[in-house]
Amino acid sequence: MEYYLGLFVRAIFIENMALSVFLGMCTFLAVSKKVTAAIGLGIAVIVVLTITVPVNNLIYNYLLADGALAWAGLPDVDLSFLGLLSYIGVIAALVQILEMFLDKYVPALYNALGVFLPLITVNCAILGASLLMVERDYNFGESVVFGAGAGVGWALAIVALAGIREKLKYSDVPDGLQGLGITFITVGLMSLGFMALGGIDL
Amino acid sequence: MDAVKDTLTTPIFKNNPIALQILGICSALAVTSSLQVTLVMCIALTSVTAFSNLFISLIRKHIPGSIRIIVQMTIIASLVILVDEVLKAVAYDISKQLSVFVGLIITNCIVMGRAEAYAMKNPPVDSFFDGIGNGLGYSVVLIFVAVIRELFGAGKLFGFEILPLVTEGGWYNPNGLLLLPPSAFFLIGLFIWMLRAWDAKQVEEPDFRMAKHTVAEEGA
Repeated sequence: MEYYLGLFVRAIFIENMALSVFLGMCTFLAVSKKVTAAIGLGIAVIVVLTITVPVNNLIYNYLLADGALAWAGLPDVDLSFLGLLSYIGVIAALVQILEMFLDKYVPALYNALGVFLPLITVNCAILGASLLMVERDYNFGESVVFGAGAGVGWALAIVALAGIREKLKYSDVPDGLQGLGITFITVGLMSLGFMALGGIDL
Repeated sequence: MDAVKDTLTTPIFKNNPIALQILGICSALAVTSSLQVTLVMCIALTSVTAFSNLFISLIRKHIPGSIRIIVQMTIIASLVILVDEVLKAVAYDISKQLSVFVGLIITNCIVMGRAEAYAMKNPPVDSFFDGIGNGLGYSVVLIFVAVIRELFGAGKLFGFEILPLVTEGGWYNPNGLLLLPPSAFFLIGLFIWMLRAWDAKQVEEPDFRMAKHTVAEEGA
């Protein structure tokens, strides 16, 4: 239990998806102008990551990895080169299913998430988390915890950035830095802050 | 010929994918600590963008609108798998250093964005050049960042010593911050500043203007 808790905290703070691994940057910079929008997107990312990472873990371990098809009587087959294609397929399909499910059963959340749900398919934090999970050989339990932690970390980062940017628009920024430029510098400073957590070993 | 030149050069400074369109930023930050890795990444991304644009443009009239994203994804993913396999065969060490970022070319918004915005509407040859142009625009920013980070952070370029380090009996005291990931944010921020100082049309409008500084009158 303690191990899983450690993994969770590490995924949120020390290996923060947005500020330490730099994944999902495009949406991170583009959709962080308002705190409410950032919260909606953050929740969507948490949900999608918590589902897709474990599902991709199962697909990798039981279909794609070297010798994974042994249960089907094909111990010599190695399909790992199909990894990328399968993960992105799973992500696109799950996002679509989630969208239909929410539309039918939880319309309030569906309306709150709006356009952010389909956008998530091309958020590299989702695919990145699946690839990192494969690279680090997580088992099923670890992948659930890692997916949830990565999502929470990313959501935390985008809400924090949106908070800063809401205040930032009242400040006097040089012309050339206006908008995107100053956002980059802000994120750089936030990322420096998160690096301070880097030495912690759980 | 002029048209080709235009599609090739506009994305480099006038409509840069990273600095203006906010596309493809993740990899720009993570792979720029050494110039060699950066170059490989740039070549990989430019070729994927160019060829995905070419193939998507070739079949653009046959793709049903409702499933176009999945069709585009499949084409892009197949190209990325190809690049990944080639890298593993030819330059294994670099492919290890790039780790997940080669795979992440799939979700690199430049590829998707150009496919959706340009290749779906234009003939194959133009799209191919547009892909190369945007790849070059991405490469310019990445190489700028990588040269500064490697030169001033480690005193080297391509692994060759340019500025002899103090620790090895030279005179240059390296700036360790530049080797840390956050420095990429600062450098890209400054690059955007330079670019917009040069081309004022790209400056964004602020939400609020500062009021002029007024001095209180005497005796008021």
